[in-house]
Amino acid sequence: MTDKLTLEEFFNLLKKYNVEELEGVRIEGDLEIEIEPGAGIDANTINALVALSQYVNLIQEFGNFLYHTNMALSYLQRLSTALGIPTPFAAPQPVAPITPEVPTVEVPRFEIPEKLVEARFEPYKSEYTGVIQEVTLGATRADGGTREVTVTIGGEKSLPFYFFDADMPHLPVIAIDIFDRRPMLAKAVREHYEDVLDDPAEWAKKAVKDFNADLVTLHLISTDPMLEDTPAREAVKVLEDILQAVKVPIIVGGSGNKEKDPEVLEKAAEVAEGERIMLASATLDMDWERIGNAAKKYGHVILSWTQMDINNQKTLNRYLLKRVGIAPESLVMDPTTAALGYGLDYAYTNMERIRISGLRGDSDLAFPMSSGTTNAWGAREAWMTESPIEGDSPWGPRELRGPIWEIVTGLTLALAGVDLFMMMHPGAVAVLKEIMYTLGGKVEGEAVDPSAWITMEG
Amino acid sequence: MKVKSPLEVYKFLPQTNCGECGFDTCMSFAAHIIDRGVKPTDCPPLVKESEKDPKLKKKLEELIKLTSPEIAEVIIGVGDSAIKIGGEDVLHRHELTFFNPTAFFYDVWDTMDERELDERCGKVVEWKKFYVGDYLTLDGIAVRCTSNDPEKFKEVAKKVAGYGKPMILVALNPECMRAALEEVASYRPLIYAATEANWKEFLELALEFNVPVTLRAKDLNLLKSMAVTFKNAGVNDIVLDPVTEPLGEGLRSTYERVIQLRRTAILAEDKDIAYPIMVTPLVAWTIDADDVTKAYWETVIGSLFVVKYGDVMIFHSLEPYTLMPTVTLRYNIYTDPRTPVQVEAGLREINNPSPDDPVFITTNFALTYYTVESDLTSANIKCWLLVLNTEGLGVEVSVAGGQFTAAKVKDLIEETGIADKVNHKYLVIPGLAARLQGAIEDETGWNVLVGPMDSGRIKGWLEQNWPPKK
Ligand code: SF4
Repeated sequence: MTDKLTLEEFFNLLKKYNVEELEGVRIEGDLEIEIEPGAGIDANTINALVALSQYVNLIQEFGNFLYHTNMALSYLQRLSTALGIPTPFAAPQPVAPITPEVPTVEVPRFEIPEKLVEARFEPYKSEYTGVIQEVTLGATRADGGTREVTVTIGGEKSLPFYFFDADMPHLPVIAIDIFDRRPMLAKAVREHYEDVLDDPAEWAKKAVKDFNADLVTLHLISTDPMLEDTPAREAVKVLEDILQAVKVPIIVGGSGNKEKDPEVLEKAAEVAEGERIMLASATLDMDWERIGNAAKKYGHVILSWTQMDINNQKTLNRYLLKRVGIAPESLVMDPTTAALGYGLDYAYTNMERIRISGLRGDSDLAFPMSSGTTNAWGAREAWMTESPIEGDSPWGPRELRGPIWEIVTGLTLALAGVDLFMMMHPGAVAVLKEIMYTLGGKVEGEAVDPSAWITMEG
Repeated sequence: MKVKSPLEVYKFLPQTNCGECGFDTCMSFAAHIIDRGVKPTDCPPLVKESEKDPKLKKKLEELIKLTSPEIAEVIIGVGDSAIKIGGEDVLHRHELTFFNPTAFFYDVWDTMDERELDERCGKVVEWKKFYVGDYLTLDGIAVRCTSNDPEKFKEVAKKVAGYGKPMILVALNPECMRAALEEVASYRPLIYAATEANWKEFLELALEFNVPVTLRAKDLNLLKSMAVTFKNAGVNDIVLDPVTEPLGEGLRSTYERVIQLRRTAILAEDKDIAYPIMVTPLVAWTIDADDVTKAYWETVIGSLFVVKYGDVMIFHSLEPYTLMPTVTLRYNIYTDPRTPVQVEAGLREINNPSPDDPVFITTNFALTYYTVESDLTSANIKCWLLVLNTEGLGVEVSVAGGQFTAAKVKDLIEETGIADKVNHKYLVIPGLAARLQGAIEDETGWNVLVGPMDSGRIKGWLEQNWPPKK
């Protein structure tokens, strides 16, 4: 804390010998003087100041022209030297010589060492005791199915893309969502599927051929009693078409109706016998036992879906493993995906905790994770034409906002440990794959001078 | 932070429970030191005693050392807009929380024409996006020296300083850096960067002008050597740039370097590299592609390191489609997971409603609540808004999970006395809670209307549906 006084006040104070503390005095700005408390005072200083005070008027006259600390200070110094008075003021910082008469040699003002202190960076290494279960989706003819390719996920021994800790045997994969009836879709997504919205088989082909999907997720939403209420037996015919149309592994989902889904998924399991599809999904509040039994009976994988709660995830996994008797290599978890800005923090942390628990040896949680990344499109930032909030800066074209919303949601969860993404926008699929392959060491990439940005113009 | 339990801190406190710190007991103060709500120097008796007794002073210093964050904190800028980076204690947010959100800087360069410069700086200052009850904003401006002309750089740095935002000065030429610092050092810019080639000059600049300095090296042995050298010479405000490479193996190894630096600092307690980390997503603008691709890739690199340990970043794109996701992600990752994001349940009056105006209901999840509230307010809708305690869950999840039920709606209607404030009995529920319509009607005796799926559409919905047709 410093007190500020005008020069006049300061000298008045001095004259009255009311000064207690003087060391560290300095003059600042428009001839104000700061006195720093806590400093001692010696008689010489007082005498010097008293002597100077005679010239106070003179100084003040000039003072009107002196705005800068150093100017004021050096003026005082010169004045006092001229008058033969030792100056009590210490220069606050080195003042550049005004007329360098001696040739100036660049003398460093600070001690700069000649050489760097040599130090070695010893990276910390983490090792986990657990391994994430490997799960294979799809079955080729050799294994009783008709898929031309299968997809294996899981097998991690470290955090995602931490190759410096342990190898990551399988990079995450991406499934594209298709529906058995027209769903509500954001414009930026719909325009890529406009021609196939009424033909799920064509839709699946497009997803695989044009958009590079590793798998296809068929959502049988028409089975919803609130919509067409398509009977399970009929709905699964679309699944048979899809199995014909594409040769990648298939995931099948219901409508989310708790009463109907077990029946729909059971039928799906039956018609896809041997294909090793994934049934999406069993939840705690529906008949998970029935869905689990169907998966077991027909040799499929089951998706264990809970609502952002690590303990519920553990519980449901245990039910499926212990009570139903699902084999560990047939279980995948969906701990729930929330969109960027709409709970992604919870989704991220929940998944990260689940993955770390699995790696630390919690065998109830050591399973690959799946993410319904398409949920990102629920964020208004992804689809609304403009901000409903008046104070917001303009949101710009939504065609560019939507895909990046899906990418960032997916990327964040990839870093939490997701192995399988269910997505929709082809651009988002491509970019997320690119970054995952890059982190996975599968992209060499052209050499770029990493310093070029420092001086690039534009 | 080295200590983990309040007991370890308690040993160092006066143990008088005098209450001067604002807490009832020293133990409670100790607990708040552990969760980093307060610092040891917030206990006045402890500070006073230590001034008198050198032994106690040593004790206080030891406590400060034990309770200071694992990663050093560095301040860029001065005054209200100054920004703190680093100061982290954990590798995963659920272990405690992350503390200082990644600082986002946007670049300008000294060969830019003046109008463009003003436009970019203005954008950085003004850009904002509403989120959870407040506006998200951008932090600062990075001035790059593309002219290699000290005078030019100095002039532009001075101009940018006028915008009042924290600055990063980017120039590898020490002459240029010195010229700019002579003009703007008092704004406490972060200087970028000391390298193997120029570190002596930059060390001198950092000492002479007392500004934070970035050390840049891809080789982590070299980076650490520079950090030790600077520290020994008396520089405390250090930022580490392990060099961001934009593509392929380069980007993969960038990820590795950033993680290794942070992990080794925290888990191996290597204090020599326990500094904030700089990442430069704008490196994406040097790849060969169209502008949207570059902007997307820049956003991808930025997002990657918002999640993984980037403390300060320089971006190029100021397009809404790159700003919106990155600032939102930063908020999400740096939200304190220990505090539930809830608002108080009850009744809110929006825009001075009259008894004729509609009654809406939403949840007490902060994000849902603020979204609804700001939509209603900014669309000038007069209404009554009931806020249901769903334990901080959103509409969809709480309807599914049983925190949003007809019985709870009934209780809320009774507690708030809303029936006496309006002259109708119509309640508008969120579109996502549609399935509760019948149950709420049965339970409360009110007429329940199903509103739109998104509160941004309430205005249009009201035009169609309010006042209700009998
Ligand atoms: S001010 Fe210090 S001594 Fe007093 S109660 Fe707080 S912690 Fe204890």
